[in-house]
This record gives sequence, C-alpha cells and structure tokens, in this order.
Amino acid sequence: MKERICQQQERKTVMMGCWMLNESVSVILALLWLGVNLYLFIDTFRWYGEEESFFYTRVILGSTLAWARASAVCLNFNCMLILLPISRNLISFIRGASICCRGPWRRQLDKNLKFHKLVAYGIAINATIHIAAHLCNLERYHLSQSAEAEGLLAALSKLGDTPNESYINPIRTPHTNTTTELLSTIAGITGLLISLALILIMTSSTEFIRQISYELFWYTHHMFIIFFISLSIHGAGRIVRGQTPESLLLHNVTFCRDHYAEWQAAARCPVPQFSGKEPSAWKWVLGPVVLYACERVIRFWRFQQEVVITKVVSHPSGVLELHMKKRNFKMAPGQYVLLQCPSISSLEWHPFTLTSAPQEDFFSVHIRTAGDWTRALHTAFEAEGQTIKEPRSLPRLAVDGPFGAALTDVFHYPVSVCIAAGIGVTPFAALLKSIWYKCCESQTQLKLSKAIHIALHWDENTDVITGLKQKTFYGRPNWNNEFRQIAYHHPSSSIGVFSCGPKALSKTLQRMCRLYSSADPRGVHFYYNKESF
Amino acid sequence: MGQIEWAMWANEQALASGLILITGGIVATAGQFTQWYFGAYSIAAGVFICLLEYPRGKRKKGSTMERCGQKYMTKVVKLFGPFSRNYYVRAILHLGLSVPAGFLLATILGTACLAISSGIYLLAATRGEQWTPIESKPKERPQVGATIKQPPSNPPPRPPAEARKKLSEEEEVATGVSSGPQENPIPVTDEVV
Repeated sequence: MKERICQQQERKTVMMGCWMLNESVSVILALLWLGVNLYLFIDTFRWYGEEESFFYTRVILGSTLAWARASAVCLNFNCMLILLPISRNLISFIRGASICCRGPWRRQLDKNLKFHKLVAYGIAINATIHIAAHLCNLERYHLSQSAEAEGLLAALSKLGDTPNESYINPIRTPHTNTTTELLSTIAGITGLLISLALILIMTSSTEFIRQISYELFWYTHHMFIIFFISLSIHGAGRIVRGQTPESLLLHNVTFCRDHYAEWQAAARCPVPQFSGKEPSAWKWVLGPVVLYACERVIRFWRFQQEVVITKVVSHPSGVLELHMKKRNFKMAPGQYVLLQCPSISSLEWHPFTLTSAPQEDFFSVHIRTAGDWTRALHTAFEAEGQTIKEPRSLPRLAVDGPFGAALTDVFHYPVSVCIAAGIGVTPFAALLKSIWYKCCESQTQLKLSKAIHIALHWDENTDVITGLKQKTFYGRPNWNNEFRQIAYHHPSSSIGVFSCGPKALSKTLQRMCRLYSSADPRGVHFYYNKESF
Repeated sequence: MGQIEWAMWANEQALASGLILITGGIVATAGQFTQWYFGAYSIAAGVFICLLEYPRGKRKKGSTMERCGQKYMTKVVKLFGPFSRNYYVRAILHLGLSVPAGFLLATILGTACLAISSGIYLLAATRGEQWTPIESKPKERPQVGATIKQPPSNPPPRPPAEARKKLSEEEEVATGVSSGPQENPIPVTDEVV
C-alpha cells in the first residue's frame, strides 16, 4: 500500500516535470509580460510618489495620483501590444523568417490569440485601477476648490485666477459638480468613450457569444477604432499638472509649502508655475496601429486579386469543396486562408484550412455548413440543388493568405502523429497529399520518416477526402494504448503530435503527451501542437 | 446578422453593467464622495441586476452553455413568471435602475452600460425573444431489452454497417471524389491496437 502511494507520488512528480518542460516557454513569456507590467507600474508609482515637481499635486490628490499614472503607463504598454498578436501577416513573416528560432519558440506563435486575450485582461485590470483612481482625483480636485477648503489646498486651488499664474487645479470654480467637469474636458469625454468601447468589445467577445454569433463578435470588435482614436487624444487636455523645472529652481518646495500666504508677496517664494504633461499614449501605439493598418491594406490588396474557381464539389454531409487558382499563390500544408464573399457580406473574412498539397496546380478548401455565412455560401454555389452553374455566374471570392499554422512543423519531426476529428481532418488532408507527392519525387529526403494519421468520423456520411487508401479507425480510440504503442516503437525520438478538433480531444491529447513523454532527455518526447480558429 | 439572439448579448452586457455599478458604488461609498448615497444605491442595484442576469436564458436553437451554479437562481427568477420572461419588462427595469446612478460620477459608466443593455433588450423584445429557463432533463434510464442488437457477424477490424453495404455494392469504385484510388509509394501499415 505504501509502495503504491510512493509510486503514485513519483508519477505525479514526473508528470509535473514533463508538463513544466513542455509548457515552460509559454509560462516564461507570460511571466516576462507580467514582469514588464509590474516593473512599469512600480517604477512609475514610485516616481510620482517621490518626484518633487508633483509635490503640490500630491498635496491635493494624495496617493491616487500615482495609482492613476502608474496604471496609465501599463495601459500604454498593453495597448501597444494588443494589436501585434492579431497581425496575421506579421506573424507569418516572423514564422518564415526565423530560421534560428525553431521548436518551442516557433510554437509560441501559435498561441497568438491566447496572448491577445491575456493582454486584453491586462488592459481591463489597469483600466479599472485608472478609472477608480481618477474618480478619486476628480473628487479631490472638486473638494479643494470648494468653500470649505483651507490652507495650502485653498491656496493651490486659487492659483491660475490671475493672468501671471498657471493653474494646478483643473476645476476652476466651486459651483460645479464632478460630472459636469468630466464632460467638459477632452480627457473626460474620451475616457468615457474608451471605457464604453472596451466594455462593449469585452462583453461581445465572451466564448459563448463567439460561438453563437461570430458576426456580432467581429463587428463589435471594430470599436477598437474608436478606442485607439480616443486613446490618442485622451491626454491632449494636459490635466495632470506638475511644477515646471524653471519654477522649481526659483520656488523651493520644502521651504515654501509652509509659507503659502506669502507667495504673492515675498521674493523668496515666487508663485509656482505649472504645466501639463504632454500626451504620450500616441507614441506607444503609433507603431502597432500603422502595422495593423498595413495588415488590413494587405488584406484589401489581396482581395482585389483575381481568384478563379476551377471546381466546385458538393459532399453529402454539408461540406463544400472549392478548387481555386490565384496568381503567385504559394502554400505549405496545414496553412489556412481567409475567404470573403462580397455578395454575402462585404466585411466578413472567414478562415478555412487548405486541403490541397503545394505540389498541385490549384488550391482547395473544404467548407462545412456551420453558421450564417457558410450556409449562405452553400446556397450561393447552389450546393444543395442539382443544377450546374455557369462558371461566370458563380459568386466572386476573395482570398487572403495563406497564413501559417502548426502543421508546417510536421516535417521537422522524425515521427509525427496527426489526430483529426470531423472537419478537423482538413489540415491533415493537405499534409498527407504533400507527403505522398514528396515520396513520389525520389530526390527529396524527408526528415519525417513516419506519419501516423488517426481520423475520427462521427458523421456516418463523411467521405474520405484525400482518395488515398488509408485505414480509418471508427469510434473513439483508446489513447493510452495508442500512445503507449507509439512510445514503445519509437523509444528515443521526438514525436510531434498535431491535432485539429474539439477542445475535449485537445485536452485529452495534451494530457497523453505529458504522461508518455519520458523524463530522460534522451528518451521519447511528445510535443503537442494545436490549431484552432 | 439575421440569426443572432440579441438577448444573449444583452444578458452579458447587463451582467457586466451590474459589476461596474457595484465597483463604482464601492469607490464612491468608501471614498465618501459628495452624494455618496447614490453609490450605496448603485451597490444594491448592481447586486440585484447581477442576481437577475446570472441565469442565462435558453437559446431558441442549439444548446446553451450554462453559467456555473446558475440553477439555483434560475428557480428564483422563474418564480416571477411573465415579469422575468418578458424582455420589454427587463428593458424598462434596467433603464429605470440606471437613472439614479447617473447622478454620481463614479457610477455614470454603470449607467451608460446598463442603458445600452436596456436598448439591446428592447431590440430583443421587438424580435419576439423570451427568457426561457434552462432546465436539466431527467435522465432516461436505458431499457435493457432495446439496446441488445444482433451481434456482428464478421471479426474485427470491421467498418460500420453502412460502409459494408457500400463496399458490397461498388467494390471497384474509388472511395474518394478526385481522380480515383492512388498507389501508395510507401507501404501504409495497419496497426491494430
């Protein structure tokens, strides 16, 4: 009994170690991101907490000044990062260009959407801190300007009334309320717009909404345009004010703060002068915004290019196969393209995996009816009926891509295991065809010595896509047995595991990869790669 | 955009608004802002809205993902009958609840979000949507007699029944839709586990 418990503990430690090894790069990157955020936050917090030029501002606002500014810097950082993971062309470029950064680093590029969500959560948290802090700030400015304010507070708030003075308190009159003040400043109005845009984007991006209506998610997400424009002009009002360097030389804060009654008169303490900090958010986000704008321009340009549809096949289970040709189109197996059909919707681009091999003179996609757009596409190609359409009367399609996906790494492993479920067989169709072509060309030497393909069919009517003679296992495999066998037959290999299918399958496979990877670096290792849209 | 059930988004938006109202209310009350009692109201309104909106309604078509532990609140919300079913009532309720929070700056964002949610609910109501509770169906006990079928006649590995029929009809025709069966340049091995 004790031995059994000991064995179980040992197994758990080994599993933990393997998991850490496999996931370590993602964890490192996430921690790096968190570290930069914390560093920026703490550094800015301390600066605003100790900086002399903001001494008088701190007298009015207290510590909430530092909270607001620190979270603002983190917001700038995260808003800079948020557009990068969804610039598909940039990611494909990095993937293609990085010859040195193979393996675990390249795999991180597959997790771009996860990173996008992580940064979004960062924006949400920092926005909450920022808004709460500025609410307190506005309230304190208002109280300092009211009749009950005394002493240094009152003296500071009165600054700016006469022509030679510059103000420190943006609220200039006691007969107002904070709401009116907010709505009469650029910062206030843009802040409200930014917050509303962010909230609407986030509520329409929950997993549930994405599943039931991808279009709502996609259209509402375009409020990011309002977000970035408002963000760029958010600081234009220069409300957060600190003492000017010239004023600091003449006006010694440590001494003069107790002699505020004498500021107007004495030469020792001339009236302090203040100026607002110039807006900096635009400097942070300009680069990524330009990159993303280029990304959209590239998509538009690719949209203009002619796509010739050479073959349309309608499969019984609601799957539409399209063969197309486009000039200068080069692909690798496992990549995907974005399709647009202007006659259905001029704004929507939908991702589909390429099912043809690069060696063929056309490229193909298999599209399953899964929602509004795909159903409309089927109707447009009259896939339901028996009538044959004239080639010219077929709706025009635009293609953007191809974009990289996990399967381009299949050829880098000596052994690869590909597991597909339902329409998830599409990326592997391209892969198997490509392997077939490569093996037919006797000159090319493949690093890949064995490809194991397991296809799961839950539809009774699903056709075999590739036309190759292959055995498919019907029903759910016993993964433990499968992985044990594969590990046994390839004892010291790196095995790439690729899957395309539902989340449950993905989780099971990830667990199997961790379980059956050996702790010994020379032993068998399973590396899990997943593709999902 | 035709098929979307607006009430689902309105529900997410309302839940978010409830949380924002609570947060704004806490900031105002803890900071003892001017007219902080509106903050206290916001907290109460926010809690009420969160409880009301937590149980997700059932979609007309397809399956609905339940929120964790929502079945307890579903029972309570169901009790209100037409008041919780009808989205016009919810639209007006949310609009009404949002107004007092608009008087305090700290909760004005909550007001705006709740007003937007009210608008989406109104849109959902005009399209005839309704809140239907998600109820778990009682588990049907499988009848033992009905599940025993004729045992298979040929040994494993065996394709499913339909494929066996197809294979017997058209043995020479290819199983694919492109140019026919292709010769494998390398042997494809069958690993029976």
